[in-house]
Amino acid sequence: MRGDGTAVASSLPTVGTRDATTTLQRAWRRAARRPPALAGATVVILYVLLALGAPWIAPDDPLRTDWGQIRKAPSAAHPLGTDDLGRDVLSRVIWGTRISMQAGVFSILLAIVVGVPAGLVAGFYRGTFDQIIMRLTDAWLSFPFLILAIGLVTILGSSLTNATLAIGVAATPTYIRLTRGLVLGSREEDFVQGARALGAGDLRVMGRHILPNIASALLVQATVSIPGAIIAEAILSFLGLGVQPPSPSWGTMLNAAQQFLESAPWMAWWPGLAIFSLTLSFNLAGDGLRDWLDPKDY
Amino acid sequence: MLEYVIQRLAISAVTLAVISLIVFTGVRLIPGDPARVMAGTEADAAGLEEIRQKYGLNDPIAAQYLRWVGLALRGDLGESIRTRETVIKTVSRKLPITMELACLSILVALAIAIPVGVLSAVRRNTVWDYVANGLSLCGLSVPSFWLGIMLILFFSVRLGWLPASGFVSFVENPAGNLTRMLMPAFVLGTTLAAVLMRQTRNSMIEVLTADYIRTAYSKGLAGRAVIFRHAIRNGLIPVVTILGLQMGALMGGAVVTEQIFVVPGFGRLIVDSVFTRDYPLVQGVVLITASAYVLINVLVDVSYSLLNPRIRIKGAVNAR
Repeated sequence: MRGDGTAVASSLPTVGTRDATTTLQRAWRRAARRPPALAGATVVILYVLLALGAPWIAPDDPLRTDWGQIRKAPSAAHPLGTDDLGRDVLSRVIWGTRISMQAGVFSILLAIVVGVPAGLVAGFYRGTFDQIIMRLTDAWLSFPFLILAIGLVTILGSSLTNATLAIGVAATPTYIRLTRGLVLGSREEDFVQGARALGAGDLRVMGRHILPNIASALLVQATVSIPGAIIAEAILSFLGLGVQPPSPSWGTMLNAAQQFLESAPWMAWWPGLAIFSLTLSFNLAGDGLRDWLDPKDY
Repeated sequence: MLEYVIQRLAISAVTLAVISLIVFTGVRLIPGDPARVMAGTEADAAGLEEIRQKYGLNDPIAAQYLRWVGLALRGDLGESIRTRETVIKTVSRKLPITMELACLSILVALAIAIPVGVLSAVRRNTVWDYVANGLSLCGLSVPSFWLGIMLILFFSVRLGWLPASGFVSFVENPAGNLTRMLMPAFVLGTTLAAVLMRQTRNSMIEVLTADYIRTAYSKGLAGRAVIFRHAIRNGLIPVVTILGLQMGALMGGAVVTEQIFVVPGFGRLIVDSVFTRDYPLVQGVVLITASAYVLINVLVDVSYSLLNPRIRIKGAVNAR
């Protein structure tokens, strides 16, 4: 059915474009009714830009130490102050965005790439494969998320890539469960029966009919789990199990800040505020997205 | 009912078996030679071989696994490489501290979540509701370890009201214990409070629109009586479930919280054993954590079906 829509649009370009603008306008009107969600989405986009443009935006080299500028309070030269090695905190926070985004987005991407197909197949075919997958996710989910991530990082070794991998693997069972549940809910629906009646094979039914139907729920889950993954990376780095110094991860920065709470409290403010504002914005945007994608809301 | 409990326990047994396999292989995959760690750096080849013999590290991996599981089932998880204390003993020394922290943080969370959640459900779409929702969103988003650092900065460094770290046993010094546990319990309870508040609000809203509530109102009961006598009782059932499901997050949170406030509990033990490559300890601690979590989940499921007779049927297993 989606294929038909595009065919019509391309053969009748004028109608197609007009349709597109009205859809966009309608989408915008619905989004504009939720200022908090819009604000959240804007901040998330700003952080994405910050992460991508870190080399050009950051005023200073995040690794350059300066023995004459150790633990200086915020000033015109260093708007967020300097750390225990005389590095510019603002530049480190900006570069830290890159690390946090990388860990948050790629780990959840990994969880989706592994979890969604597994859940799709398990829910679609049921049977033995489903049973095996479910017992495995049961066992997997019996480890508290963070403890599983700590265990995996111990096996893999401490680095940004390994922390991302560990968080992704720890988040995978959630996506298997969610996808399976959604597939179970939709495989008996009329549109699936219809597709079958028209002769669609298993792969086509799964990929072209069920997957688009459950995609919005998965998208909402992703916006909820990315902030969780960002916090998890910060915690791993804070514990010394993730990104290693001198890399400017918000978690490692907070770890260093702990020793200087009396003499340089700003070292603790900014990385934490950065995490907080980013996760809060993700959650605001995610809440909005959930309402926005809810078809009952028209 | 009994059938249901047995079925849940059987599934849990399978899960536990898979867990033990994962933990065992996981620990074997940690880079580094356990014999080397046990013997210390100056040991020679003969010394290493002796240790390998003693701990059966030369045996086939399957034999090692079976021996470990066999001993574990009899309550023997081996002894720590570093302290030579048995794993069970170490854990039973550390666990009460974390249990106290967890209980206090659950109390904090409930004390915040239930009144605020009920209020925002009863006063839905008023300023109260918006403020409560904003707070719960902040509670969900704030990184707890940063919250902990900020509390230390404010209450210990700035105001000097509360000690930043350290631990004294409740038995020796109840007041000192509680003042030191206050900030950790609040930090650990924050996320939980946010989650529980949302759940309280949602289920109270659902309950408040139910027919029997309308009946209670129409027979002339005052608003307060309806809420306290009729609505809360049913409205809090899902909250119990969510509380149970949050135990895993609580255990994970305890790791970080104990690290910040230097509480010598179970969470710190996990990190320490990982850092010191104390394999038997890592193995035992993770196995205990996962098993406890599985058992809690069974208890939650069973208590849920006890609290809510409508789902006391086979459906509950399939729904999971």
